[in-house]
Amino acid sequence: MNELPQQLANGLILGAMYGLIAIGYTMVYGIIQLINFAHGEIFMIGGFGALTVYLGLPSGLSLIAAIPLMIAGGVIAAVAISMAAERFAYRPLRTAPRLAPLITAIGLSLALQQAVWMWYPNATKDRSFPQFEGEAFEVFGANIQRGDLFVLVVAPLCMIALGLFVSKTRAGRGMQATSQDPDTAKLMGINTDRIIVMAFAIGAAFAAVAAVAYGLKNGQIGFRMGFIMGLKAFTAAVLGGIGNIYGAMLGGVVLGVAESLATGYMSEVPGMELFGGGAWKDVWAFALLILVLLIRPQGLLGERVADRA
Amino acid sequence: MTALLEVEDLRVAYGKIEAVKGISFSVEAGQVVTLIGTNGAGKTTTLRTLSGLLKPLGGRILFEGKPLTNIPAHKIVALGLAHSPEGRHIFPRLTITENLLLGAYLRSDKAGIEKDVQRAYDLFPILGERRKQAAGTLSGGEQQMLAMGRALMSQPKLLMLDEPSMGLSPIMMQKIMETIVELKASGTTILLVEQNAQAALSLADQGHVMEVGKIVLTGTGADLLHDESVRKAYLGED
Repeated sequence: MNELPQQLANGLILGAMYGLIAIGYTMVYGIIQLINFAHGEIFMIGGFGALTVYLGLPSGLSLIAAIPLMIAGGVIAAVAISMAAERFAYRPLRTAPRLAPLITAIGLSLALQQAVWMWYPNATKDRSFPQFEGEAFEVFGANIQRGDLFVLVVAPLCMIALGLFVSKTRAGRGMQATSQDPDTAKLMGINTDRIIVMAFAIGAAFAAVAAVAYGLKNGQIGFRMGFIMGLKAFTAAVLGGIGNIYGAMLGGVVLGVAESLATGYMSEVPGMELFGGGAWKDVWAFALLILVLLIRPQGLLGERVADRA
Repeated sequence: MTALLEVEDLRVAYGKIEAVKGISFSVEAGQVVTLIGTNGAGKTTTLRTLSGLLKPLGGRILFEGKPLTNIPAHKIVALGLAHSPEGRHIFPRLTITENLLLGAYLRSDKAGIEKDVQRAYDLFPILGERRKQAAGTLSGGEQQMLAMGRALMSQPKLLMLDEPSMGLSPIMMQKIMETIVELKASGTTILLVEQNAQAALSLADQGHVMEVGKIVLTGTGADLLHDESVRKAYLGED
Protein backbone atom coordinates (compact mmCIF):
# COMPACT_ATOMS: atom_id res chain seq x y z
CA MET A 1 0.00 0.00 0.00
CA ASN A 2 1.16 3.47 -0.86
CA GLU A 3 1.40 5.46 2.34
CA LEU A 4 1.25 9.12 1.27
CA PRO A 5 -2.09 8.92 -0.59
CA GLN A 6 -3.52 7.09 2.40
CA GLN A 7 -2.37 9.75 4.84
CA LEU A 8 -3.76 12.50 2.61
CA ALA A 9 -7.09 10.70 2.32
CA ASN A 10 -7.30 10.25 6.09
CA GLY A 11 -6.51 13.92 6.56
CA LEU A 12 -9.12 14.96 4.05
CA ILE A 13 -11.82 12.86 5.72
CA LEU A 14 -10.99 14.24 9.15
CA GLY A 15 -10.62 17.77 7.77
CA ALA A 16 -14.00 17.70 6.03
CA MET A 17 -15.57 16.90 9.40
CA TYR A 18 -13.66 19.69 11.15
CA GLY A 19 -14.70 22.07 8.40
CA LEU A 20 -18.39 21.24 8.68
CA ILE A 21 -18.33 21.87 12.42
CA ALA A 22 -16.17 24.98 12.00
CA ILE A 23 -18.90 26.61 9.91
CA GLY A 24 -20.99 26.97 13.07
CA TYR A 25 -18.21 28.67 15.00
CA THR A 26 -17.35 31.02 12.19
CA MET A 27 -20.90 32.08 11.26
CA VAL A 28 -21.92 32.86 14.82
CA TYR A 29 -18.66 34.67 15.49
CA GLY A 30 -18.99 36.58 12.23
CA ILE A 31 -22.35 37.97 13.27
CA ILE A 32 -22.28 38.45 17.04
CA GLN A 33 -18.57 38.00 17.87
CA LEU A 34 -19.42 35.16 20.22
CA ILE A 35 -17.27 32.05 20.39
CA ASN A 36 -19.99 29.52 20.99
CA PHE A 37 -18.07 26.99 23.03
CA ALA A 38 -21.21 24.88 23.35
CA HIS A 39 -21.09 24.19 19.60
CA GLY A 40 -19.12 20.97 20.14
CA GLU A 41 -22.03 19.70 22.21
CA ILE A 42 -24.49 20.72 19.49
CA PHE A 43 -22.43 18.42 17.24
CA MET A 44 -22.67 15.65 19.85
CA ILE A 45 -26.44 16.10 20.17
CA GLY A 46 -26.73 15.88 16.39
CA GLY A 47 -25.09 12.46 16.65
CA PHE A 48 -27.52 11.28 19.31
CA GLY A 49 -30.47 12.64 17.32
CA ALA A 50 -29.36 10.58 14.33
CA LEU A 51 -28.84 7.48 16.49
CA THR A 52 -32.30 7.86 18.02
CA VAL A 53 -33.90 7.87 14.59
CA TYR A 54 -31.84 4.83 13.53
CA LEU A 55 -32.92 2.85 16.60
CA GLY A 56 -36.55 3.66 15.85
CA LEU A 57 -36.42 2.46 12.25
CA PRO A 58 -37.58 -1.03 11.21
CA SER A 59 -34.62 -3.40 11.31
CA GLY A 60 -34.91 -4.51 7.68
CA LEU A 61 -34.18 -1.05 6.29
CA SER A 62 -30.80 -0.65 4.58
CA LEU A 63 -28.37 1.88 6.01
CA ILE A 64 -28.31 3.81 2.74
CA ALA A 65 -32.05 4.39 3.03
CA ALA A 66 -31.77 5.17 6.73
CA ILE A 67 -29.06 7.84 6.33
CA PRO A 68 -31.30 10.67 5.07
CA LEU A 69 -33.71 10.04 7.95
CA MET A 70 -30.83 9.92 10.41
CA ILE A 71 -29.49 13.22 9.08
CA ALA A 72 -32.96 14.72 9.44
CA GLY A 73 -33.21 13.52 13.04
CA GLY A 74 -29.75 14.82 13.90
CA VAL A 75 -30.40 18.16 12.26
CA ILE A 76 -33.73 18.61 14.05
CA ALA A 77 -32.22 17.81 17.46
CA ALA A 78 -29.15 20.00 16.95
CA VAL A 79 -31.05 22.95 15.48
CA ALA A 80 -33.71 22.84 18.21
CA ILE A 81 -31.16 22.84 21.03
CA SER A 82 -29.04 25.48 19.33
CA MET A 83 -31.99 27.80 18.75
CA ALA A 84 -33.12 27.35 22.35
CA ALA A 85 -29.59 28.17 23.54
CA GLU A 86 -29.58 31.33 21.44
CA ARG A 87 -32.99 32.41 22.62
CA PHE A 88 -32.68 31.70 26.33
CA ALA A 89 -28.95 31.75 27.08
CA TYR A 90 -27.28 34.15 24.65
CA ARG A 91 -29.92 36.66 23.60
CA PRO A 92 -30.49 38.04 27.11
CA LEU A 93 -26.73 38.70 27.25
CA ARG A 94 -26.52 40.42 23.86
CA THR A 95 -25.53 43.75 25.39
CA ALA A 96 -23.59 42.33 28.33
CA PRO A 97 -19.77 42.46 28.47
CA ARG A 98 -18.31 39.83 26.16
CA LEU A 99 -17.02 37.66 28.98
CA ALA A 100 -20.58 36.91 30.14
CA PRO A 101 -21.80 35.04 27.03
CA LEU A 102 -18.43 33.29 26.79
CA ILE A 103 -18.74 31.89 30.29
CA THR A 104 -22.37 31.02 29.56
CA ALA A 105 -21.23 29.05 26.52
CA ILE A 106 -18.76 27.05 28.59
CA GLY A 107 -21.43 26.38 31.22
CA LEU A 108 -23.91 25.35 28.56
CA SER A 109 -21.35 23.00 27.09
CA LEU A 110 -20.98 21.18 30.42
CA ALA A 111 -24.72 21.18 31.04
CA LEU A 112 -25.48 19.61 27.66
CA GLN A 113 -22.86 16.90 28.17
CA GLN A 114 -24.28 16.06 31.56
CA ALA A 115 -27.86 16.11 30.28
CA VAL A 116 -27.05 13.52 27.63
CA TRP A 117 -25.04 11.46 30.12
CA MET A 118 -27.94 11.41 32.58
CA TRP A 119 -30.97 11.17 30.39
CA TYR A 120 -30.05 9.43 27.15
CA PRO A 121 -30.44 5.67 27.61
CA ASN A 122 -27.09 3.99 28.30
CA ALA A 123 -25.15 7.07 27.28
CA THR A 124 -22.77 6.84 30.22
CA LYS A 125 -20.67 4.69 27.89
CA ASP A 126 -20.12 5.09 24.16
CA ARG A 127 -23.05 3.86 22.07
CA SER A 128 -22.40 1.99 18.89
CA PHE A 129 -23.35 3.66 15.61
CA PRO A 130 -24.46 1.75 12.49
CA GLN A 131 -21.71 0.83 10.02
CA PHE A 132 -21.59 0.17 6.30
CA GLU A 133 -20.63 -3.39 5.46
CA GLY A 134 -18.23 -4.21 2.70
CA GLU A 135 -14.79 -3.66 1.26
CA ALA A 136 -13.04 -0.32 1.18
CA PHE A 137 -12.74 1.50 -2.13
CA GLU A 138 -9.33 2.13 -3.57
CA VAL A 139 -8.84 5.62 -4.94
CA PHE A 140 -5.41 6.82 -6.17
CA GLY A 141 -3.75 4.20 -4.04
CA ALA A 142 -5.65 5.08 -0.86
CA ASN A 143 -8.19 2.86 0.85
CA ILE A 144 -11.38 4.69 1.62
CA GLN A 145 -13.84 2.95 3.92
CA ARG A 146 -17.45 2.98 2.79
CA GLY A 147 -18.51 5.04 5.80
CA ASP A 148 -15.85 7.65 5.08
CA LEU A 149 -17.17 8.22 1.61
CA PHE A 150 -20.19 9.92 3.17
CA VAL A 151 -18.34 13.00 4.40
CA LEU A 152 -16.28 13.28 1.21
CA VAL A 153 -19.48 13.57 -0.80
CA VAL A 154 -21.65 15.53 1.61
CA ALA A 155 -19.19 18.16 2.86
CA PRO A 156 -18.56 19.71 -0.60
CA LEU A 157 -22.29 19.66 -1.32
CA CYS A 158 -23.04 21.46 1.96
CA MET A 159 -20.34 24.03 1.22
CA ILE A 160 -21.62 24.75 -2.29
CA ALA A 161 -25.16 25.11 -0.97
CA LEU A 162 -24.04 27.49 1.76
CA GLY A 163 -21.93 29.54 -0.66
CA LEU A 164 -24.90 29.94 -3.00
CA PHE A 165 -27.22 30.78 -0.13
CA VAL A 166 -24.95 33.50 1.25
CA SER A 167 -24.06 35.13 -2.06
CA LYS A 168 -27.22 34.71 -4.12
CA THR A 169 -30.23 34.94 -1.86
CA ARG A 170 -31.76 37.94 -0.17
CA ALA A 171 -31.47 36.35 3.28
CA GLY A 172 -27.82 35.56 2.56
CA ARG A 173 -27.13 39.16 1.65
CA GLY A 174 -28.92 40.19 4.82
CA MET A 175 -26.62 37.87 6.72
CA GLN A 176 -23.50 39.41 5.20
CA ALA A 177 -24.81 42.91 5.90
CA THR A 178 -25.55 42.01 9.52
CA SER A 179 -22.06 40.63 10.03
CA GLN A 180 -20.45 43.74 8.56
CA ASP A 181 -22.55 46.39 10.30
CA PRO A 182 -25.54 45.28 12.42
CA ASP A 183 -26.99 48.72 13.15
CA THR A 184 -26.93 49.76 9.52
CA ALA A 185 -28.41 46.38 8.59
CA LYS A 186 -31.42 47.29 10.75
CA LEU A 187 -31.72 50.55 8.83
CA MET A 188 -32.11 48.46 5.66
CA GLY A 189 -35.10 46.72 7.24
CA ILE A 190 -33.21 43.54 8.11
CA ASN A 191 -34.53 41.74 11.17
CA THR A 192 -31.11 41.07 12.68
CA ASP A 193 -32.51 38.88 15.46
CA ARG A 194 -33.82 36.52 12.82
CA ILE A 195 -30.46 36.56 11.00
CA ILE A 196 -28.71 35.60 14.24
CA VAL A 197 -31.10 32.68 14.77
CA MET A 198 -30.45 31.63 11.17
CA ALA A 199 -26.70 31.60 11.75
CA PHE A 200 -27.10 29.38 14.81
CA ALA A 201 -29.47 27.06 12.94
CA ILE A 202 -27.24 26.64 9.87
CA GLY A 203 -24.22 25.99 12.07
CA ALA A 204 -26.13 23.38 14.06
CA ALA A 205 -27.39 21.64 10.92
CA PHE A 206 -23.85 21.38 9.53
CA ALA A 207 -22.59 20.06 12.87
CA ALA A 208 -25.29 17.37 12.82
CA VAL A 209 -24.19 16.26 9.35
CA ALA A 210 -20.61 16.11 10.66
CA ALA A 211 -21.82 14.01 13.60
CA VAL A 212 -23.38 11.42 11.28
CA ALA A 213 -20.05 11.32 9.42
CA TYR A 214 -18.22 10.91 12.73
CA GLY A 215 -20.48 8.03 13.78
CA LEU A 216 -20.09 6.25 10.45
CA LYS A 217 -16.32 6.62 10.63
CA ASN A 218 -15.74 5.67 14.25
CA GLY A 219 -18.55 3.21 14.80
CA GLN A 220 -19.54 4.81 18.07
CA ILE A 221 -20.62 8.11 19.58
CA GLY A 222 -20.47 9.34 23.15
CA PHE A 223 -21.44 12.31 25.27
CA ARG A 224 -17.82 13.51 25.42
CA MET A 225 -17.19 13.49 21.68
CA GLY A 226 -18.02 17.18 21.25
CA PHE A 227 -15.15 18.40 23.38
CA ILE A 228 -12.10 17.55 21.32
CA MET A 229 -13.92 17.73 17.97
CA GLY A 230 -15.31 21.13 18.93
CA LEU A 231 -11.90 22.37 19.97
CA LYS A 232 -10.36 21.15 16.71
CA ALA A 233 -13.14 22.69 14.66
CA PHE A 234 -12.70 25.98 16.51
CA THR A 235 -9.00 25.75 15.71
CA ALA A 236 -9.90 25.16 12.06
CA ALA A 237 -12.16 28.23 12.07
CA VAL A 238 -9.39 30.43 13.49
CA LEU A 239 -6.84 28.87 11.16
CA GLY A 240 -8.97 29.69 8.12
CA GLY A 241 -9.87 33.18 9.35
CA ILE A 242 -12.77 33.35 11.76
CA GLY A 243 -15.87 34.92 10.24
CA ASN A 244 -15.11 33.54 6.79
CA ILE A 245 -17.12 30.45 5.75
CA TYR A 246 -14.67 29.34 3.07
CA GLY A 247 -11.87 29.86 5.56
CA ALA A 248 -13.60 27.46 7.94
CA MET A 249 -13.65 24.68 5.37
CA LEU A 250 -10.09 25.37 4.21
CA GLY A 251 -8.90 25.55 7.82
CA GLY A 252 -10.57 22.22 8.51
CA VAL A 253 -8.90 20.50 5.58
CA VAL A 254 -5.49 22.02 6.31
CA LEU A 255 -5.76 20.99 9.95
CA GLY A 256 -6.92 17.47 9.13
CA VAL A 257 -4.17 16.88 6.56
CA ALA A 258 -1.50 18.40 8.81
CA GLU A 259 -2.57 16.15 11.69
CA SER A 260 -2.57 13.12 9.49
CA LEU A 261 0.84 13.85 7.96
CA ALA A 262 2.34 14.60 11.37
CA THR A 263 1.00 11.31 12.67
CA GLY A 264 2.42 9.42 9.70
CA TYR A 265 5.76 11.09 9.15
CA MET A 266 6.90 13.06 12.17
CA SER A 267 8.72 10.04 13.59
CA GLU A 268 10.83 9.88 10.43
CA VAL A 269 12.14 13.43 10.88
CA PRO A 270 15.61 13.21 12.46
CA GLY A 271 15.47 14.15 16.11
CA MET A 272 11.69 13.88 16.27
CA GLU A 273 11.50 10.10 16.63
CA LEU A 274 9.62 10.39 19.91
CA PHE A 275 6.95 12.74 18.61
CA GLY A 276 5.31 10.72 15.85
CA GLY A 277 2.27 8.52 16.09
CA GLY A 278 -1.34 9.18 16.95
CA ALA A 279 -0.75 10.21 20.55
CA TRP A 280 0.92 13.43 19.42
CA LYS A 281 -1.54 14.47 16.75
CA ASP A 282 -3.40 17.00 18.91
CA VAL A 283 -0.11 18.61 19.85
CA TRP A 284 0.73 19.15 16.17
CA ALA A 285 -2.73 20.48 15.45
CA PHE A 286 -2.45 23.16 18.13
CA ALA A 287 1.19 23.86 17.29
CA LEU A 288 0.01 24.64 13.77
CA LEU A 289 -2.59 27.02 15.19
CA ILE A 290 0.03 28.86 17.23
CA LEU A 291 2.28 29.11 14.19
CA VAL A 292 -0.49 30.57 12.03
CA LEU A 293 -1.50 33.03 14.75
CA LEU A 294 2.11 34.22 14.96
CA ILE A 295 2.63 34.62 11.24
CA ARG A 296 -0.85 35.49 10.04
CA PRO A 297 -3.10 36.39 12.99
CA GLN A 298 -6.14 37.00 10.80
CA GLY A 299 -6.03 33.38 9.57
CA LEU A 300 -5.51 32.03 6.08
CA LEU A 301 -8.45 33.76 4.39
CA GLY A 302 -9.26 36.33 7.06
CA GLU A 303 -9.09 40.02 6.48
CA ARG A 304 -7.41 42.36 8.88
CA VAL A 305 -10.29 44.14 10.54
CA ALA A 306 -9.11 47.09 12.55
CA ASP A 307 -12.43 48.02 14.09
CA ARG A 308 -12.95 44.64 15.71
CA ALA A 309 -10.64 44.18 18.62
CA MET B 1 -53.02 69.12 7.07
CA THR B 2 -50.91 67.09 9.42
CA ALA B 3 -47.18 67.03 8.94
CA LEU B 4 -45.38 63.97 7.55
CA LEU B 5 -43.19 63.83 10.63
CA GLU B 6 -44.06 65.32 13.96
CA VAL B 7 -41.67 65.27 16.89
CA GLU B 8 -43.03 66.39 20.25
CA ASP B 9 -40.96 66.98 23.36
CA LEU B 10 -38.51 64.20 22.42
CA ARG B 11 -36.01 63.25 25.10
CA VAL B 12 -33.20 60.73 24.63
CA ALA B 13 -30.54 59.65 27.11
CA TYR B 14 -27.41 57.52 27.08
CA GLY B 15 -27.52 56.03 30.56
CA LYS B 16 -27.97 59.02 32.84
CA ILE B 17 -26.74 61.60 30.37
CA GLU B 18 -29.55 63.26 28.52
CA ALA B 19 -28.43 64.04 24.98
CA VAL B 20 -31.73 65.35 23.67
CA LYS B 21 -33.70 67.37 26.20
CA GLY B 22 -37.20 67.82 24.90
CA ILE B 23 -37.21 68.99 21.30
CA SER B 24 -40.21 69.54 19.03
CA PHE B 25 -40.27 70.10 15.29
CA SER B 26 -42.10 68.88 12.24
CA VAL B 27 -41.42 68.12 8.59
CA GLU B 28 -44.07 68.69 5.93
CA ALA B 29 -44.18 66.55 2.80
CA GLY B 30 -41.95 68.03 0.08
CA GLN B 31 -39.90 70.13 2.49
CA VAL B 32 -36.21 70.11 3.25
CA VAL B 33 -35.72 70.65 6.97
CA THR B 34 -32.30 70.94 8.50
CA LEU B 35 -30.96 70.54 12.01
CA ILE B 36 -27.71 72.41 12.48
CA GLY B 37 -25.46 72.83 15.46
CA THR B 38 -22.07 71.92 16.80
CA ASN B 39 -20.74 68.51 17.76
CA GLY B 40 -22.63 67.05 20.70
CA ALA B 41 -25.74 69.14 20.14
CA GLY B 42 -27.86 65.99 19.81
CA LYS B 43 -28.52 66.04 16.07
CA THR B 44 -27.31 62.51 15.32
CA THR B 45 -28.99 61.19 18.46
CA THR B 46 -32.25 62.66 17.20
CA LEU B 47 -31.98 60.89 13.84
CA ARG B 48 -30.96 57.59 15.41
CA THR B 49 -34.03 57.80 17.63
CA LEU B 50 -36.30 58.57 14.70
CA SER B 51 -35.09 55.49 12.85
CA GLY B 52 -35.48 53.30 15.94
CA LEU B 53 -31.84 52.57 16.72
CA LEU B 54 -32.23 54.38 20.05
CA LYS B 55 -35.22 54.28 22.36
CA PRO B 56 -36.46 57.65 23.60
CA LEU B 57 -36.82 58.49 27.26
CA GLY B 58 -39.98 60.42 26.58
CA GLY B 59 -41.95 62.37 24.05
CA ARG B 60 -43.71 61.41 20.86
CA ILE B 61 -42.70 60.75 17.27
CA LEU B 62 -45.56 60.67 14.79
CA PHE B 63 -44.95 59.60 11.21
CA GLU B 64 -48.01 60.12 9.04
CA GLY B 65 -49.89 60.39 12.31
CA LYS B 66 -48.65 57.00 13.51
CA PRO B 67 -46.49 56.73 16.66
CA LEU B 68 -43.01 55.32 15.97
CA THR B 69 -41.57 55.09 19.46
CA ASN B 70 -42.33 51.41 20.05
CA ILE B 71 -41.55 50.07 16.59
CA PRO B 72 -38.22 48.22 16.12
CA ALA B 73 -35.72 49.78 13.71
CA HIS B 74 -36.11 47.15 11.01
CA LYS B 75 -39.82 47.85 10.72
CA ILE B 76 -39.51 51.62 10.56
CA VAL B 77 -37.91 51.63 7.13
CA ALA B 78 -40.93 49.73 5.85
CA LEU B 79 -43.11 52.69 6.86
CA GLY B 80 -41.17 54.96 4.52
CA LEU B 81 -38.42 56.46 6.62
CA ALA B 82 -34.88 55.96 5.30
CA HIS B 83 -31.73 56.92 7.16
CA SER B 84 -28.34 57.54 5.62
CA PRO B 85 -26.19 57.42 8.77
CA GLU B 86 -23.35 59.61 9.90
CA GLY B 87 -20.04 58.20 8.73
CA ARG B 88 -21.80 56.64 5.71
CA HIS B 89 -21.69 53.04 6.98
CA ILE B 90 -21.72 51.36 3.62
CA PHE B 91 -21.14 47.59 3.73
CA PRO B 92 -17.43 47.54 2.86
CA ARG B 93 -17.06 43.93 1.70
CA LEU B 94 -20.14 43.91 -0.52
CA THR B 95 -20.19 45.33 -4.02
CA ILE B 96 -21.84 48.61 -4.91
CA THR B 97 -24.74 46.81 -6.53
CA GLU B 98 -25.19 44.58 -3.49
CA ASN B 99 -25.19 47.65 -1.23
CA LEU B 100 -27.91 49.22 -3.34
CA LEU B 101 -29.95 46.01 -3.33
CA LEU B 102 -29.75 45.95 0.47
CA GLY B 103 -31.41 49.36 0.43
CA ALA B 104 -34.33 47.63 -1.28
CA TYR B 105 -34.27 44.68 1.13
CA LEU B 106 -37.97 44.89 1.96
CA ARG B 107 -39.15 45.39 -1.61
CA SER B 108 -40.16 42.50 -3.82
CA ASP B 109 -40.95 44.27 -7.10
CA LYS B 110 -38.02 43.02 -9.12
CA ALA B 111 -38.54 45.29 -12.12
CA GLY B 112 -38.94 48.35 -9.91
CA ILE B 113 -35.78 47.54 -7.97
CA GLU B 114 -33.86 47.12 -11.22
CA LYS B 115 -35.14 50.50 -12.37
CA ASP B 116 -34.15 52.20 -9.12
CA VAL B 117 -30.64 50.70 -9.22
CA GLN B 118 -30.33 52.23 -12.67
CA ARG B 119 -31.66 55.52 -11.32
CA ALA B 120 -28.96 55.51 -8.64
CA TYR B 121 -26.35 54.98 -11.38
CA ASP B 122 -27.83 57.87 -13.34
CA LEU B 123 -27.73 60.08 -10.26
CA PHE B 124 -24.14 59.04 -9.48
CA PRO B 125 -22.47 57.79 -12.68
CA ILE B 126 -19.26 56.88 -10.83
CA LEU B 127 -21.21 54.20 -8.92
CA GLY B 128 -22.39 52.70 -12.19
CA GLU B 129 -18.85 52.49 -13.48
CA ARG B 130 -17.69 50.64 -10.39
CA ARG B 131 -20.77 48.57 -9.69
CA LYS B 132 -18.88 45.29 -9.22
CA GLN B 133 -16.26 46.80 -6.93
CA ALA B 134 -16.26 46.26 -3.15
CA ALA B 135 -17.76 49.37 -1.55
CA GLY B 136 -14.86 49.61 0.90
CA THR B 137 -12.54 50.53 -1.97
CA LEU B 138 -14.48 53.72 -2.78
CA SER B 139 -13.33 57.19 -1.74
CA GLY B 140 -15.18 59.01 1.04
CA GLY B 141 -17.26 61.05 -1.37
CA GLU B 142 -18.16 58.02 -3.44
CA GLN B 143 -19.15 56.17 -0.28
CA GLN B 144 -21.42 59.08 0.61
CA MET B 145 -23.05 58.85 -2.81
CA LEU B 146 -23.55 55.13 -2.26
CA ALA B 147 -25.06 55.70 1.18
CA MET B 148 -27.52 58.21 -0.28
CA GLY B 149 -28.30 56.00 -3.25
CA ARG B 150 -28.84 53.05 -0.92
CA ALA B 151 -31.22 55.04 1.30
CA LEU B 152 -33.24 56.08 -1.76
CA MET B 153 -33.64 52.42 -2.79
CA SER B 154 -36.38 51.93 -0.18
CA GLN B 155 -38.47 54.61 -1.95
CA PRO B 156 -38.73 56.60 1.26
CA LYS B 157 -41.36 59.18 2.04
CA LEU B 158 -38.77 60.87 4.23
CA LEU B 159 -35.04 60.72 3.61
CA MET B 160 -32.83 61.45 6.62
CA LEU B 161 -29.27 62.45 5.79
CA ASP B 162 -26.77 62.66 8.63
CA GLU B 163 -23.72 64.80 7.88
CA PRO B 164 -23.51 63.98 4.19
CA SER B 165 -20.67 66.46 3.67
CA MET B 166 -18.52 65.31 6.58
CA GLY B 167 -14.88 64.82 5.69
CA LEU B 168 -15.34 65.53 1.99
CA SER B 169 -13.26 67.70 -0.30
CA PRO B 170 -14.91 71.01 -1.28
CA ILE B 171 -15.61 69.73 -4.77
CA MET B 172 -17.18 66.53 -3.51
CA MET B 173 -19.15 68.48 -0.91
CA GLN B 174 -20.56 70.67 -3.64
CA LYS B 175 -21.52 67.63 -5.68
CA ILE B 176 -23.38 66.15 -2.70
CA MET B 177 -25.19 69.41 -2.01
CA GLU B 178 -26.19 69.70 -5.66
CA THR B 179 -27.63 66.21 -5.45
CA ILE B 180 -29.71 67.21 -2.45
CA VAL B 181 -31.05 70.16 -4.43
CA GLU B 182 -31.88 67.78 -7.28
CA LEU B 183 -33.68 65.40 -4.92
CA LYS B 184 -35.61 68.29 -3.44
CA ALA B 185 -36.63 69.45 -6.91
CA SER B 186 -37.95 65.97 -7.67
CA GLY B 187 -40.18 66.21 -4.58
CA THR B 188 -38.21 64.16 -2.03
CA THR B 189 -38.83 65.15 1.57
CA ILE B 190 -35.52 65.47 3.41
CA LEU B 191 -34.43 65.88 7.00
CA LEU B 192 -30.84 67.03 6.81
CA VAL B 193 -28.37 67.12 9.68
CA GLU B 194 -25.28 69.18 8.94
CA GLN B 195 -22.37 70.91 10.54
CA ASN B 196 -21.87 72.87 7.36
CA ALA B 197 -24.57 75.38 8.28
CA GLN B 198 -24.05 77.64 5.29
CA ALA B 199 -24.70 74.88 2.78
CA ALA B 200 -27.57 73.34 4.72
CA LEU B 201 -29.44 76.58 5.37
CA SER B 202 -29.13 77.83 1.81
CA LEU B 203 -31.12 74.87 0.50
CA ALA B 204 -33.49 74.25 3.44
CA ASP B 205 -37.09 75.43 3.70
CA GLN B 206 -36.84 75.33 7.44
CA GLY B 207 -33.96 75.17 9.88
CA HIS B 208 -33.56 74.44 13.57
CA VAL B 209 -30.45 75.33 15.51
CA MET B 210 -29.60 72.82 18.23
CA GLU B 211 -27.39 73.46 21.23
CA VAL B 212 -26.69 70.88 23.94
CA GLY B 213 -29.85 68.89 23.37
CA LYS B 214 -32.27 71.72 22.77
CA ILE B 215 -33.59 73.65 19.80
CA VAL B 216 -32.61 77.24 20.47
CA LEU B 217 -33.65 78.89 17.23
CA THR B 218 -36.08 78.08 14.44
CA GLY B 219 -36.76 79.80 11.17
CA THR B 220 -36.74 79.52 7.41
CA GLY B 221 -33.40 78.68 5.86
CA ALA B 222 -33.03 82.21 4.53
CA ASP B 223 -33.93 83.80 7.87
CA LEU B 224 -31.40 81.78 9.78
CA LEU B 225 -28.77 82.39 7.16
CA HIS B 226 -29.13 86.10 7.85
CA ASP B 227 -29.58 85.83 11.59
CA GLU B 228 -26.77 87.57 13.38
CA SER B 229 -26.32 85.05 16.18
CA VAL B 230 -26.27 82.17 13.69
CA ARG B 231 -23.74 83.98 11.54
CA LYS B 232 -21.54 84.49 14.57
CA ALA B 233 -21.80 81.00 16.00
CA TYR B 234 -21.91 78.80 12.92
CA LEU B 235 -20.82 80.70 9.89
CA GLY B 236 -17.51 81.86 11.27
CA GLU B 237 -18.16 85.59 11.16
CA ASP B 238 -17.39 88.06 13.88
